[in-house]
Amino acid sequence: MRVYAYLVAVFVLLVGAFGIVRSRNLVHAVVCLSIAQSATYVMLLAIGYQSKATPPVFGSPATKPNTSTVEPLVQAMTLTDIVVSATVTALLLAVAVQVHKRHGTVDPNELAALRG
Amino acid sequence: MTRRARIALFVVAGGCTAALLVLGVLDLPHFGSSFHPYRDASLAAAVAHKTSNVISSVNFDLRALDTLGEETILLASVIGVTVLLRPAEDEHEHQPVGEGRLLDSTRMVGYLFLPITVMIGLLTVAHGAVTPGGGFQGGVVVGTGIHLLYVAGSYRALERARPVGLAELGEAVGAGAFACMGIAGALAASSFLGNVLPLGAFGDLFSSGSVLFLSVAVGVEVASAVVVLLAQFLHQAVEVTGEEKEAA
Repeated sequence: MRVYAYLVAVFVLLVGAFGIVRSRNLVHAVVCLSIAQSATYVMLLAIGYQSKATPPVFGSPATKPNTSTVEPLVQAMTLTDIVVSATVTALLLAVAVQVHKRHGTVDPNELAALRG
Repeated sequence: MTRRARIALFVVAGGCTAALLVLGVLDLPHFGSSFHPYRDASLAAAVAHKTSNVISSVNFDLRALDTLGEETILLASVIGVTVLLRPAEDEHEHQPVGEGRLLDSTRMVGYLFLPITVMIGLLTVAHGAVTPGGGFQGGVVVGTGIHLLYVAGSYRALERARPVGLAELGEAVGAGAFACMGIAGALAASSFLGNVLPLGAFGDLFSSGSVLFLSVAVGVEVASAVVVLLAQFLHQAVEVTGEEKEAA
């Protein structure tokens, strides 16, 4: 139980990577990359978790700050991670649209040759 | 490389990576343990700056420089998508014909939730320093909320209501405001992005000094980014048609 959540992160990362390797469609590959990246969310939040702790938000009106909260730093990093993931996904999908326009295919296996 | 060879290579490399990662995580502090030194440090810093949402304090105060970098990534990828999705020379734009068939219930839910969603998004941005939320989350809600107009069936209504020009401006203003706040911090508080605004009382809406300002700046930027990005993709999907590609 003590490392179970971390192993889930490792598993999700490898599943995403495997999906990219056997991908037959660039959109599929981009989604797999998102899955691989979401392993970092699991990892970060698992590291920051503490049993029977409260969220690191004291609200409005404020409750008295206590030190028994989950880790706020990794939550902030997860937030950063999600935003970067979303924008990179958008950029890669735009590249996929361009590849389809130029080459008429989105199968990475057929994109072996460089063309001007 | 053939597909089979590639998968074989992955099995070997992935196996090694998995072994390394598992060995690594076995030595991490246990899941759910109470050993969180960064938590203790950032909680104290957030309370000192009257920020009751510690996550916002980390994002917009303690590690605000990091958020500036992230904002720049966002700006760069929006510019990248805009450049990549320009209509090419051999493509032409056309006005989309017809509006398709749509269930009345879908249309009603779309119009009903449009104002609610945008309002929730604005509230999330404004209360970023005190309750869960902040510029990133609220910005996404506002930006996508506007696109309920498209779900409700009318691309033309979306085109009329969607402020793409304003969003492009908002994108620049959000990033610029963040950087200006940083320079103000450098001049007045002796560190780049230092907290210069009045801190207020713990838990109040106008507390936490520059965290609220930076949260709103990021909210403007993220909402604008979502509008601009989706505008590019929708434009590509709905209005642009290419010539049939000759098989090359």
